[in-house]
Amino acid sequence: LWWTHSPPTRLPRSPPAAAGSGPVGPCGRRAYAPPAERKRFYQNVSISQGEGGFEINLDHRKLKTPQAKLFTVPSEALAIAVATEWDSQKDTIKFYTMHLTTLCNTALDNPTQRNKTQLIRAAVKFLETDTVCYRVEEPPALAELQKNEWDPVVTWAEKRYNVTIGSSTSILGPNIPASTKETFVSHLASYNMWALQGIEFVITQLKSLILSMSLIDRHITVEKAVLLSRLEEEYQIRRWGNVEWAHDYDLCELRARTAAGTLFVHLCSESSTVKHKLLQD
Amino acid sequence: MAALGAPLRTLRALLRELRHAAGRSYRDSPAYRHVLAAFRAHRVTSEKLCRAQQELHFQAATYLCLLRSVREHEALHREYHGKGERSPQEVAGMVGFRLPQQPGGKG
Repeated sequence: LWWTHSPPTRLPRSPPAAAGSGPVGPCGRRAYAPPAERKRFYQNVSISQGEGGFEINLDHRKLKTPQAKLFTVPSEALAIAVATEWDSQKDTIKFYTMHLTTLCNTALDNPTQRNKTQLIRAAVKFLETDTVCYRVEEPPALAELQKNEWDPVVTWAEKRYNVTIGSSTSILGPNIPASTKETFVSHLASYNMWALQGIEFVITQLKSLILSMSLIDRHITVEKAVLLSRLEEEYQIRRWGNVEWAHDYDLCELRARTAAGTLFVHLCSESSTVKHKLLQD
Repeated sequence: MAALGAPLRTLRALLRELRHAAGRSYRDSPAYRHVLAAFRAHRVTSEKLCRAQQELHFQAATYLCLLRSVREHEALHREYHGKGERSPQEVAGMVGFRLPQQPGGKG
């Protein structure tokens, strides 16, 4: 394995994207798989501004992506958050907790080599199998819960984007009209490439385009979006009991990833300026 | 707009999470200073429903959720999934056995 042979004096590389999302190398092993836990080899983490954007410094060395590109982010707030991730590592570097770093690496390296159109297409495709559109007929308590919790979000999306979505109990799912898909395609096209990586990530985590847009548009909080995404699981937990090492574990991980994705999208698509109004004497 | 509660509560919880994450010198960390500066800058506004203020509050709440969930996830991982394999002595002890002593060593 190449990473275990790298000497500690080499320039530090941040870990590749999580094991689930990389192209498979020619020998069958994942070419973009994360290394095992590394010891923390740096004392100080700081930020500096370069030509391409903001960079992260581990001691005196500049952070690089897994594909050895210089790690630069367009937003200072994002750089600060990434630096905080690196600084909060204690004895060992736990790459699986560094979600913002992973997202930045994905945006910089683009290991799946998708362009903007392909990303948007992947995102909108999720609408055909959107969680909040797939309804059960029984047990009636769950069907009722889905109606009460999911209908408002679907209605909100339909009103906000002026589209028809609906829901379905059939195994084929809802019939999404082409005009609806086009509306979402053109809306997503207004985001830049980085933000789109984040949006597609959130959609993949929540398994729902509608919940993701609702989150990105700040209509619901991360906790609420995760709850709605896991509605059936929550129903079963309430019925049969909670298993901490499985349910809470998955819940925390989903919350962390979704929060990271949402924050990433917002930090990559904003340009914050403080407008000072003149004080009238 | 999402139901977020009081901004002060979010700010306090966020600063507490940053303290957990940073350790000793948390007050000098760039994140701590940035969060405080951002909240101070957006505090004074003549509008009742300031959009920038709400956006900042949402961002702060999202970041708080991220830090909190990562901490809880790590704690759960350490508790349930980080212990590794048990030694043969431990496994034997679980069913009430003891491994035999071999005075000359094994084999």
